[in-house]
Amino acid sequence: MTMLDPEVSAKYEIVVGLEIHCQLLTNTKIYAADANRFGEAPNTNISPITLGHPGTLPKLNKKVVDYAIKMGLACGCEISRENSFERKNYFYPDLPKGYQLTQDKAPICVGGGLEVLPKGAAEKVYVPLNRIHFEEDAGKSIHSETEDVTLVDLNRAGTPLIEIVTEPAIHSAAEAGAFLTDVRQIVRYLEICDGNMEEGSMRCDANISVRKYGAPLGKKTEVKNMNSIRNVQRAIDHEVERQIILIEAGEEVISETRTFDANTGTTAAMRTKEELNDYRYFPDPDLSPLFVSEEWIEGIRTEMPPLPADLVQKFTQEYGLPAYDAGVLTETKEMALFFDAVCQQTQNRKAASNWMMGPIKSFLNEQGGDIKNFSLSVDQFVGLIELVDAGKVNFSIASKEIFPRLVADKAATAESIAKAQNLLQDSSEDTIRPIAEAVLAEMPDKVTAFKKGKKGLIGMFIGQVVKKSGGKADPKKAGAILQELLA
Amino acid sequence: MQQGEVQIFTGSPLGVLFLWHVFNFLALKKFNNLTEIQSEISAGALNCEALVKYYLKNIEQQKELNAFLEVYQEEALQEANRIDQKLKDGTAGRLAGMVVALKDVLCHEGHELSCSSKMLKGFQSQFTAPAVQRLLAEDAIVIGRVACDEFAMGSSNENSAFGPVRNAADLNKVPGGSSGGSAVAVQADCCLLSLGSDTGGSVRQPAAFTGTIGFKPTYSRISRYGLVAYASSFDTIGIISRSIEDNALVLEIIAGYEEQDSTVSREEVPAYSTQLLEEGRVKKIGLIRETMESEGLNEEVKAKTLEKIDALKAQGHQVETVEFSLLDYILPTYYILTTAEASSNLSRYDGVKFGYRSPNGTDLESMYKKSRSEGFGEEVKRRIMLGTFVLSASYYDAYYTKAQKVRRLVKDQVDQLLSEFDFLLMPTTPTTAFAIGEHSEDPLEMYLADIYTVLANVCGLPAISIPNGEDKDGMPIGLQIVGGAFKEADLYAFSKKLLPA
Amino acid sequence: MNINEESLKKLAHLARLDFDASASEKMAKDLSGILDWVEQLNEVDTEGVKPLTNMSQEINAYREDVVGNHLEREKGLKNAPDQDGEFFRVPKVLD
Repeated sequence: MTMLDPEVSAKYEIVVGLEIHCQLLTNTKIYAADANRFGEAPNTNISPITLGHPGTLPKLNKKVVDYAIKMGLACGCEISRENSFERKNYFYPDLPKGYQLTQDKAPICVGGGLEVLPKGAAEKVYVPLNRIHFEEDAGKSIHSETEDVTLVDLNRAGTPLIEIVTEPAIHSAAEAGAFLTDVRQIVRYLEICDGNMEEGSMRCDANISVRKYGAPLGKKTEVKNMNSIRNVQRAIDHEVERQIILIEAGEEVISETRTFDANTGTTAAMRTKEELNDYRYFPDPDLSPLFVSEEWIEGIRTEMPPLPADLVQKFTQEYGLPAYDAGVLTETKEMALFFDAVCQQTQNRKAASNWMMGPIKSFLNEQGGDIKNFSLSVDQFVGLIELVDAGKVNFSIASKEIFPRLVADKAATAESIAKAQNLLQDSSEDTIRPIAEAVLAEMPDKVTAFKKGKKGLIGMFIGQVVKKSGGKADPKKAGAILQELLA
Repeated sequence: MQQGEVQIFTGSPLGVLFLWHVFNFLALKKFNNLTEIQSEISAGALNCEALVKYYLKNIEQQKELNAFLEVYQEEALQEANRIDQKLKDGTAGRLAGMVVALKDVLCHEGHELSCSSKMLKGFQSQFTAPAVQRLLAEDAIVIGRVACDEFAMGSSNENSAFGPVRNAADLNKVPGGSSGGSAVAVQADCCLLSLGSDTGGSVRQPAAFTGTIGFKPTYSRISRYGLVAYASSFDTIGIISRSIEDNALVLEIIAGYEEQDSTVSREEVPAYSTQLLEEGRVKKIGLIRETMESEGLNEEVKAKTLEKIDALKAQGHQVETVEFSLLDYILPTYYILTTAEASSNLSRYDGVKFGYRSPNGTDLESMYKKSRSEGFGEEVKRRIMLGTFVLSASYYDAYYTKAQKVRRLVKDQVDQLLSEFDFLLMPTTPTTAFAIGEHSEDPLEMYLADIYTVLANVCGLPAISIPNGEDKDGMPIGLQIVGGAFKEADLYAFSKKLLPA
Repeated sequence: MNINEESLKKLAHLARLDFDASASEKMAKDLSGILDWVEQLNEVDTEGVKPLTNMSQEINAYREDVVGNHLEREKGLKNAPDQDGEFFRVPKVLD
């Protein structure tokens, strides 16, 4: 639905800043010891603190700070030694205290950034961060369709969040998409958030504006309610176009909050009286100051898992794999670490990679399984690779016949299965020669054609030998013998 | 029971009958401290049940004081019986025999908590404040919930939604506030001791007006969990009693680290009750010139204060007059900062999950506005508005930040003074109890009543008000002593010496 | 500092309070008076002074990530002005 001439839009620079909220996978909420669980019956994960009962006070969950520091280290941020806590005051039914405890002046992480590769781009782009801070989530308001009431569920109230704020330095929807994809990947690697935008454990708001190159920043709008990375991109594309059209028509972009409609792919102004909202931030007097020491940070640093970027580098540099392979293999930490463990035991990393990207991935997709529950051990996998490498089975047999059985039997090895199933490739002269002779005898005209110059037929002959042998003939050996016979 | 043998304390029907006669004959006198009570209990002349009945009668007979919002008649008697059994078994706690009242801002599980406000009428606490828990663990008996100024905002207890509390020394006069009910309950012998809260003088000022002892500990000495928040960086639980000993014992029991309050101090709690007789070396006492020269200071109060100073000098203590140029700025600082914090602390009262909801709301916005406007009283609304103003974006630096800076200056100066002096001495209040309705028109007039007490809250220091005679109308006068941070033991010991034996 | 009708309206809205005409007038008057009085703080030189934010000496008061402190739903809903056994109910926001 582009009404915009590409020549016109090319005059404008897109300026986007993202605010990403990630729900942390802690056992308890940030300021109360209620369980931090998703999907429970309404108002069952509550306490007097969560309900904002008179007389209650907050107590900070240390794990939240640990997780925020982890994310900060992963993004190359400065970890703040001295932290502030502020109250953000406003009224809403799912905000029990009438204020949200957040960080304003001195957040836990400052600066940092990620290098991302937008889809279709040749080069990486650096997306700088402004800050990361932790805060509490609000509960859920469910607007009834049938009555003039809103139902309030406070299970989610007090859930710990980290908010990742970028500088307004993203210049395309593709960059935004790549950035979000990387953030999602990192929080999953760190095991601090499950990064699920559809479920709401990761949420994104976008601040979007446009300007002619070199001009001062244009008025920005804040777009909310985009529940997938793709929708963020769609929203940016639409909003940018909407703003350019306005400006080209000589109109003003109104600085406002807009909501994204996934069905139409458009944004619309929200009804809230934003201009009257003064959050009256002030330091929370109920929380004691937080000082993060070097030891604390180092402790977290030593516990950090390898990050996707580190592993991609290792797989490409050390293992010599193509960038594409490295990308697929590092999609999840579990897969990457499994693969890395396999690579410690075999030199044929490319084979391992092919297995991972091929049969193993298919298997996991079919089973709906997670590599976490993948019952193939590193040793078994290595054994499988070696069996193929040694020419004892071909890849096709290995993947179709041996692999499924291997997964089903922890005690088995590739070799033991091959033997038991009589799958071992035969490279013996004595078995293959008679079969080769028989094949050639059956196809005299093809033999003639071969001798006349159609050298490509060798593939067909090999195939026949393998077929006649019930798949067991070693294609290489068969080929050698056939060449001899046909000479 | 054997012929001729008198068994004084027995649970047998005959024994109980005997006791009943004895008590009626003796006509129970006023108890001024727990030691008296506990020795009578040991002697078999008293038990908790009789004691509770005594206090219940006093409450009933002095209903016009309007101090009690709720009397836990059955519960208190049940507890009395339970503790009487423990006393027999020798397993009773240190506060067995102490009957207390709780200011209506302290959470007590299963009991109503209204903060003397329409906003919370009928609200039931779902947990007990640790300070209250600690009292109960030592077998104190809670006899009832006493009234206060709404949400602890006020200096006269005229701001209760359930009618003003009256001073037992003169029913037409205020008892002070905001812990007016707590002070009157002790003054009128309706209990032995009461817990209140002190944010700007709310325990000391009513203690002064009622001739009782009001103690405010160092900020963070007692866990604030379970104390309904008014101004978080000023609020402390306070203790009103008839004796220093009881006050010190209760502080010893309720003070100290508690895991639900992030600001509570980890500083060790001394055994205050055992440190009351420290024989003094000479004390150095500071008298702030500006306090004695204050315009609003009543002549009789001034005179009594000077008398005390002379007495101290005669005892060999050093009393020195010091300058404190920032004195006048303490009250405005207090009002800017407390109303700011309060405006935020009271946002949770929105009619959504608990509290008053107006029947007149038609949609969410009007529900909020009507519920809060109808549920809160005048003074509370005034302070919320003021607090909202000083925190608003355009004025934050000019008012809130400015006040925070002045607070630091004041605190630094007072800390400096208390490094040179053991204590600061001054009247608790500029006047004795004023008439009900006297300061209703101008809120500022009422605020000025706190002029001497807010200093301790602005600086987070411990302070006590002890009785210092009466004016010509028989209204009590209070003397205030402020000590250094965590120097409660010194404060108690010194105060004890200033009181008649 | 003078609080006029418009400022009062804005403040009242922020605080979710409602004042009728006469209450509004009184409140504006009271607030203006109090604000005039607190403005004497401007007489104090606070150049270079750091605002005092924390009155307790404690720092790093945090807890371990262990579940505790729950409230059964029934108790949680108990004090609610309007609830249906599962949710708190409030009037909807009107457009």
